[in-house]
Amino acid sequence: MTLLALERVDKVFGGLRALRGVSFEVAPGSIFGLIGPNGAGKTTLFNVITGVYRPDGGHVRFDGGEIGGLSPARVAELGIARTFQNIRLFRAMTVEENVMVAGHKLHRAGLASAVFRTAAHASDENALTTRARELLEVLGLKDHAEDVAGSLPYGSQRRLEIARALMLGPKLLLLDEPAAGMNSSEAFELERQIRFLRDELGVTIVLVEHNMSVVMSVCERIHVVDHGETIAEGTPAEIKVHPRVLAAYLGQEADPGAADEETAP
Amino acid sequence: MEAALKKPRWALRAVVAAAAIAGLYAAGLGVQAGFIEYVQRIILLAGINVILAVGLNLINGTTGQFSIGHAGFMAVGAYAAAFTGVHLAPHVASLLGAGSTADAVTFNVALLVGALLAGATGVLVGLPSLRLKGDYLAIVTLGFGEIIRILLNNAQFLGAATGYSGDSAAGLPAYTSFFWVFFWVLVVVALIRNVTFSQTGRSLVAIREDEIAAEAMATPTTRLKVLAFTLSAATAGIAGGLFAHMQSGIRPEDFRFDKSIDMIVMIIVGGLGSISGAALGGIFVAVTLEVMRDLQQYRLVLYALLLIVIMLVRPEGLLGSRELGLALFRRSSKKPGAT
Repeated sequence: MTLLALERVDKVFGGLRALRGVSFEVAPGSIFGLIGPNGAGKTTLFNVITGVYRPDGGHVRFDGGEIGGLSPARVAELGIARTFQNIRLFRAMTVEENVMVAGHKLHRAGLASAVFRTAAHASDENALTTRARELLEVLGLKDHAEDVAGSLPYGSQRRLEIARALMLGPKLLLLDEPAAGMNSSEAFELERQIRFLRDELGVTIVLVEHNMSVVMSVCERIHVVDHGETIAEGTPAEIKVHPRVLAAYLGQEADPGAADEETAP
Repeated sequence: MEAALKKPRWALRAVVAAAAIAGLYAAGLGVQAGFIEYVQRIILLAGINVILAVGLNLINGTTGQFSIGHAGFMAVGAYAAAFTGVHLAPHVASLLGAGSTADAVTFNVALLVGALLAGATGVLVGLPSLRLKGDYLAIVTLGFGEIIRILLNNAQFLGAATGYSGDSAAGLPAYTSFFWVFFWVLVVVALIRNVTFSQTGRSLVAIREDEIAAEAMATPTTRLKVLAFTLSAATAGIAGGLFAHMQSGIRPEDFRFDKSIDMIVMIIVGGLGSISGAALGGIFVAVTLEVMRDLQQYRLVLYALLLIVIMLVRPEGLLGSRELGLALFRRSSKKPGAT
């Protein structure tokens, strides 16, 4: 059983092959890590999955259907929510409003209902507010519901992005460097929250992260890319000792054979 | 935490609406008795400006799209309402008998036709323009406003450059009164307010704040932008219809580019994104236009100076994105994006 499957996905930007035949499968209910050095293509992968980019080759399947090339709004509707590496909140809106924006599924009555302020409008607004408050509580932002989003500290903004993404009621949540800019106690709290999302809300999670202690502690499987190519996949224990991963992160070992390959052409 | 929204009490609403209509009617009589015609005219223009500003603010303030061709939508509404008024009046009079009832029916049908046509024009301009942002959208809307004016300048059946005043020497029927102007002010303000304070309004503000993020949250950005354009254009159409029926004739020159600039001044003075701010800005411009009447086109220089001073001293405008603490606004669910 897979929830998300990438098959030989390619993405080219001019002369740069950002993704070359990347394939992986994410099982429902798992926490899946996607790591690699800077510029390896992790965010490009997220953008292909969420419809920001159209793949130049291969397939992206979600929940059994092809989603490669669909619009971001359509992908979001189908149940894939995301956060952004360079935080993209609705800065002038309050924390609570930021979350409510994503609550399309709870918003059943149409515009006419809002214009005439019908009972359906009131019950929609109440449902949206209630759900938003629940999610803010999960992410520890309940006391900031009325604050302007742009005024929150960095770590809280990242957690607000997660709360907003969850408001979509997604099956799959893509987190793009959620621990960036967090101190170690915030990062530890984030680990707890990520597990809570999977265990209690049943959301499958794909995590891009540079903070290795977070990745190794929460992920069940990890996929490693470098220069747009898959170099390894396995459990955290396997990845920690995988030679190609170590080479990608730390540079080549002083192995004569490898050195020859490098210089040969 | 604020109290949950209560179920609507329709009976109470009907009473409030009836009271508002009675109040408007009484105020209309009072204005007629208490002010000379010159002042009455300024009051009517102020009301029309409020409609224009509150409508334009939905695009420029709430949704953050920069449109500077609003006079074009107003022109479409004005000509459509004038034409409808002139041609419909005899038919309605033969059905209902000539009198104030027939006039009211004709007038409001004419206004709605103007709103509909202006709204349709809004869709037409909105759809292709929505791939454009910022300055580019501004240029397209500016061009649109000029195209409308030039088309009207050459439309023989609408009087071309000499303007449209119906087919009789008496000119357009003078339907516009204090009551009807402020009746429509209330309708438009209520409409725009209720749209703004809703999931739709939140989504519009989200588009302004970060369109990519809005899209990632499944917000139908294109549909909502076209909706904002259409609603805004339709309200400008109503303002145009009210404007047309308060004079004996309308000319393409009434809807020049500087009319669009007047509207931009209204919403910037009042505070982009604030409904009550836009309304205040509309009144401000109606009054200053009269005060500066002798300056004619030099008023544009003064407006430019005023805008510079506002940008330096109070860039968020009179009210920023806050709303006045009127009971009307306090009852609302929270306003999205108010800082």
